[in-house]
Amino acid sequence: MSESSLSTTSRLGLARKGFRGRIDAIAAADHASDLPSGELERRLVELGFTEGASVEVLHEGMIGRDPIAVRVNASTVALRRREAMAILVI
Amino acid sequence: MTALAEGGVRHFALIGTPNSGKTALFNALTGSRQKVANYPGVTVERKTGAMRTPSGLSVNLIDLPGTYSLRARSPDEEVTRDVVLGRLASENAPDVLVCVADATNLRLALRLVIELKHIGRPLLLVLNMIDIARRRGMEIDLDKLSAELGVPVITAAAVRRGGTDDLMRRLDELAASILSHKGELDWRAPTTAELRAAQREADRLIKVAVRMPEKPDTLTTRLDAVLLHPVIGLVVLLAILFVMFQAVFSWAQPIMDLISSGFDALGQAVHDVLPAGLLQSFLQDGVINGVGSVIVFLPQILILFLFILLLEDLGYMARAAFLMDRIMGGAGLHGRAFIPLLSSFACAIPGIMATRVIDNPRDRLTTILVAPLMTCSARIPVYTLIISAFIPNTRLWGFVSLQGSVMFGLYAAGIASALGVSFLAKFFFWRDNPTPPFMLELPDYKLPRPRSVLIGLYTRAKMFLQRAGTTIFSMMVLIWFLASFPRPPVGATGPAIEYSLAAILGHVLAPLLAPVGFAWQIAVALIPGMAAREVAVAALGTVYSIEGGKEAAQQIGQALAHQWPLATALSLLVWYIFAPQCASTLAVIKRETGSWRWMVITFAYMLTLAYLASLITYNVAVALGAG
Repeated sequence: MSESSLSTTSRLGLARKGFRGRIDAIAAADHASDLPSGELERRLVELGFTEGASVEVLHEGMIGRDPIAVRVNASTVALRRREAMAILVI
Repeated sequence: MTALAEGGVRHFALIGTPNSGKTALFNALTGSRQKVANYPGVTVERKTGAMRTPSGLSVNLIDLPGTYSLRARSPDEEVTRDVVLGRLASENAPDVLVCVADATNLRLALRLVIELKHIGRPLLLVLNMIDIARRRGMEIDLDKLSAELGVPVITAAAVRRGGTDDLMRRLDELAASILSHKGELDWRAPTTAELRAAQREADRLIKVAVRMPEKPDTLTTRLDAVLLHPVIGLVVLLAILFVMFQAVFSWAQPIMDLISSGFDALGQAVHDVLPAGLLQSFLQDGVINGVGSVIVFLPQILILFLFILLLEDLGYMARAAFLMDRIMGGAGLHGRAFIPLLSSFACAIPGIMATRVIDNPRDRLTTILVAPLMTCSARIPVYTLIISAFIPNTRLWGFVSLQGSVMFGLYAAGIASALGVSFLAKFFFWRDNPTPPFMLELPDYKLPRPRSVLIGLYTRAKMFLQRAGTTIFSMMVLIWFLASFPRPPVGATGPAIEYSLAAILGHVLAPLLAPVGFAWQIAVALIPGMAAREVAVAALGTVYSIEGGKEAAQQIGQALAHQWPLATALSLLVWYIFAPQCASTLAVIKRETGSWRWMVITFAYMLTLAYLASLITYNVAVALGAG
């Protein structure tokens, strides 16, 4: 990973409502979810979180702004921020 | 010659992602010719329907549980995988897989199709809801999609008249041409890399074959701005629930009155025609009175299921799960647990079965443990009876009545105790248990299809009436028998029931229930009430009508109001919030968890809660002068 991409990538789990971006990578190994990282990655891929997909944070929950509703290309997926931390976005 | 060539039945399977409109399509293709049962050994719902193609071939269509992949992360996804792969001995391996996709949301569905292609069964892709896609200005090049995908593609609009004609013709061709493809298939779960590659391929297909509208649909976005708003959204959710309960309580009343007077007239007719004696008593007090007091609550159950089906078809259930996730999570429940728990408002049995949408076993167990605390519709008869007899029908404000508010309070107490128990379960049973992820697709809002909702209502009503007709009916005959035998001795002075088996049983239990304010008649009614909660109403009616004569039988409520102090009525209301008064629920818990242990734990904790809560209620009420 180059210096410039490090400075611009962020985690979807930190994004606020209104954030728009693109998925850079799925980094399930260093997240806080309780699923084994391989399984979390497969589930995220099955819900359409793949590299290059566009994402937009549409809604946030009431308590701790969690969970979030994310537009992924043309569909909408709800997930908690701790799992969204595995999704690196630009 | 195979059975197929001789004109035997073909087996087609509907498979698709959640929210693909699969069930609406299934309803459109099979109408009311459906059979709902369980897969053997598990409680995943098995929906099949008979279908006749235009050229007269018989097709047996099976509606498989929705899934994103054959990887199977939950019991119902395992069923889908095993049926598709022909691994279930009890199930005919499908001759054709009919993969249903929402035409407006193809991305994940196409990935599933690519995965299904690898297993080598004849496959047909149905782009459902094509009418909505076209209205939004989406253009799908079907020939190109079919050629690039290597799978025949056909469009359908399950909710429109004639919207499945093309599909029907194609199914006809398939049914006429297929050869037998039996036997187990070679299959292994796709790896992460394969899933990614399939998604890349799906995205490529969309790029070459689908043209998205310049302006995307904004209705769902605009609705969600309100309905998923952190504060307004929750207020709307609570308002929906509140209206639902007011509706169940008051809209059904006129129809209930009609049914009730119908059964009274029938009982009276039997009374007039037959000579006084055992047969007259059996038909009027046992059969007609008993079944009538159960069927009378069908309108309420239908209204409740109407709400649940409408909210499901609208796409609101997933939103409710989103709004409730952290609130439920704080109590140790999964956001998805909202769906089984909301279903438990109708009946804990489908609710407990619906916990299969939760793939983490411990989360499922917690939800199963607390599901019986949600106020099921079988409690409504008991609540209605006592509330209308003891709580004055005054208006508090606008359309809000005191009776409706007490009802709402009982529901609220059920919910609060469910949250409390699941919090304690989290603390005691699985302190070290990791929280499983909440991940859910939020489908676009869609107008529910009246016919599909009606088919759903019909299925539920049939299930309820079958229960009323079998379990409850036999319990009513049993309670009538208990209350009528042995016959009083010649020259007896007291009412006949005082010599019966029921009285003996009631008197044995009475000392245990006296501290919570229950008379022996209540103790008698609680025993058959174990068959199903609503039986207790009919049982009370039987006990009191046999004791008090015909006048009391006509108005069980009035009779109770004369027999019980207010404190006893309140105590019984509270008892019914908690008590494990349903043998079927306990049986389902045993079956779902596969062990007696969880059934016993559920029974014990609920009974303890019920006894303690009733004890407190009764004594407080007596202290306040309601004894």
